[in-house]
Amino acid sequence: MTKINRRNFLKTTGGAAAVLASAKMPAIAQAPTEVHILRWNDFVPACDTYLRTKLFPDAEKALGIKVKFETVNANDLQARITSGIQAGAGPDVIMLNNNHPHLYKSSLVDVSDVAADVAKDQGEWYKAALANASSGGKFFGVPMNYVGGLNAWRVSMFKDIGLTEFPKTWDAYRDAGKKLKAKGFPIGQSLGQSFGDPVGFAYPYLWSMGGAEVDDKGKVAINSKETVEAVKYMTALWKDSMDEGGLAWDDSSNNRAFLAGTICATLNGASIYIEALRKPDQYKTADGKPLKDDILHAFLPAGPKGVFGLHLVQSHVIPTYSKNQKAAKDLLRFMQTKANYEPWFETGQGFYTPPTSGWESHKVWTSNPVMAPFALIGKSGLAPGYPGEPNAQAAEVLSKYLIGNMFAAAIKGQSAEDAVKACEGQLKSIYGA
Amino acid sequence: MATAAIPVPEGTIIVGKPKWRPLEGEGNLAMLLLLPTVALLMMFIAYPFVRGILLAVTNSKVGQMGEFVGFENFARLLKDPIFHAVVYNTFLYTFVTTIFKLILGLWLALLLNRDFKFKAFTRAFILLPFIVPTVLACFAWKWMFDPTFSVLNWMLFKLGIVAAGAGVNWLGDGDMAMLSIMIVNIWRGVPFFAISLMAGLQTISPDLGEAAAIDGAKPWQRFWYITWPLLMPVTMVVMLFSVIQTFSDFQIVYVMTGGGPANATHLFATYAYQLGVGTGLLSQGAAVSLAMFPLLFGIVIFQLMYIRRVETR
Repeated sequence: MTKINRRNFLKTTGGAAAVLASAKMPAIAQAPTEVHILRWNDFVPACDTYLRTKLFPDAEKALGIKVKFETVNANDLQARITSGIQAGAGPDVIMLNNNHPHLYKSSLVDVSDVAADVAKDQGEWYKAALANASSGGKFFGVPMNYVGGLNAWRVSMFKDIGLTEFPKTWDAYRDAGKKLKAKGFPIGQSLGQSFGDPVGFAYPYLWSMGGAEVDDKGKVAINSKETVEAVKYMTALWKDSMDEGGLAWDDSSNNRAFLAGTICATLNGASIYIEALRKPDQYKTADGKPLKDDILHAFLPAGPKGVFGLHLVQSHVIPTYSKNQKAAKDLLRFMQTKANYEPWFETGQGFYTPPTSGWESHKVWTSNPVMAPFALIGKSGLAPGYPGEPNAQAAEVLSKYLIGNMFAAAIKGQSAEDAVKACEGQLKSIYGA
Repeated sequence: MATAAIPVPEGTIIVGKPKWRPLEGEGNLAMLLLLPTVALLMMFIAYPFVRGILLAVTNSKVGQMGEFVGFENFARLLKDPIFHAVVYNTFLYTFVTTIFKLILGLWLALLLNRDFKFKAFTRAFILLPFIVPTVLACFAWKWMFDPTFSVLNWMLFKLGIVAAGAGVNWLGDGDMAMLSIMIVNIWRGVPFFAISLMAGLQTISPDLGEAAAIDGAKPWQRFWYITWPLLMPVTMVVMLFSVIQTFSDFQIVYVMTGGGPANATHLFATYAYQLGVGTGLLSQGAAVSLAMFPLLFGIVIFQLMYIRRVETR
């Protein structure tokens, strides 16, 4: 046995250290570049499976890289990118929701070239996708998809109260909800502190009533007669027609409630319908028919200003700390190349709407009429901060849930005027008075 | 007589200065032995603390170093209605849960201190809520409070206390949500109180109680005049720990309500997290969590002084 003495120890470890320190590693240690991509836990699990088992392995072969795929709860994505940027190390590609890319703009790689390639091939970017991931023509994120938010509604329940289509105005919506709530099936709407549905409901509702956080010049304009009226109306609506537990709901609570048959309608992505479609034996109506045949999708009702929508836009960003920026860009380009994107989009069955106009007549929409309304969401959706820019301030308002909380505070009992005033104070401290 | 040099055989006698032996002095050795601990404290306590202070006086956001702005962040907090709610929530949360944890924990400790079958087993069992990882337990509780699937509401319904579909809106109503997270905190904290207080009870000699009983003291009097005062030092230390823990609680709120509905359950730690990590406003987040420091420091000083007084009495 060799005796380890000080001299021998120094010789061996010193040699190893010298190898490690030398810029050029021995050929044997040269592994392919690893690109670490972080996305949400998909609401359509089949899409995660598709990425894991098909798209990423294909990318590894085609690009000569290694892909490390990680998923987290969507509400934790911001925590991950913040800690990544502060630590200067973390995933090379991160998925972000809505206008969150604006918050991290200064630490994100310019991906305009990738975005240009996608648009060249697949049509123009829709308004909200463009606004959420770029400013002044420079892209700091590549939008991958919308998750359209439409009302999933139970055809049989609405038929029971004499309606064959989803209410077209807020008054009709309130009235229908009231009748159905009396039968034990209220409208279920999430208004908790969560990224998707509460936002997709509260913002368009406010816009349709004529309120907005800022005017088109970016000056705080929340404290208007219209907003106060909207808050008052919401308070009454909540009591009359809604499941009052909704204040605590996150983005998955309403899915569960709908699938369990306790609510008659909810604003959501198509994930509820897709889940019911996937398991017709598990999800049934009260009289034993498959739930999937009892669901249709409808846009939010119209207010005095018309119909509005805010649909979740999801983009991929590359933080500047990434040491594999080129490989990361290659991966993004690969993912959104038509041939690779299409099977993923089809796996989503319409849960995901492409962010460019070239897909509107795709067979995903035409083959299933229940999904058809989602084809058009890109045309109608606006970005948070409307009618101002969806800039970092609007992103801050969004991630503090100020608009949803203004309604929630009034529902909890604060007067509409006070709730609006409190929100105005918050907005002013963000936008500057 | 001429002095002749006495020949000294080489290498046998040491001549000149004594060798430098720095570790023989007690002070030096002590410093050296302390070094690892000091280094750890500097790294994990002093550095983050100082860094927190430095962040709180700048306007840095995620990815931007920011500039010195003095106390602007704190001034902003003073005007921030959410922060006001946070302060109120935290004090209420800490005060109510600590009282209940003390009462229930003491009660449990007194029961466990008696002799009964399966004593050891029961005592170990009691610790369960404390052992289960908090986040896991919170997810279970979240389901129990779920607006749609609440097993608690189902129970109330089966017991005929509420009508179908008219269950308690546990997490959806601001006050109820606060109550709900308090219940979970108490559930989790009682075992710590019970076990610590039981340890305290066991140091009290039973002779005292017996002597008092012979003198005709009723059980309640024996508790109030003998057990309670003797248990006081332990109680105060347990309370101190609990207050610190509860004041800076994070996991329960983060998992169960995310601070909602409409900020009704935000505590210092969760609001600081939402601002700093969620929204990327690092300096404002640091300011919120630093604002916790003087308040907590005040409470701790007060309690420590009280403990000293009790101990020297």
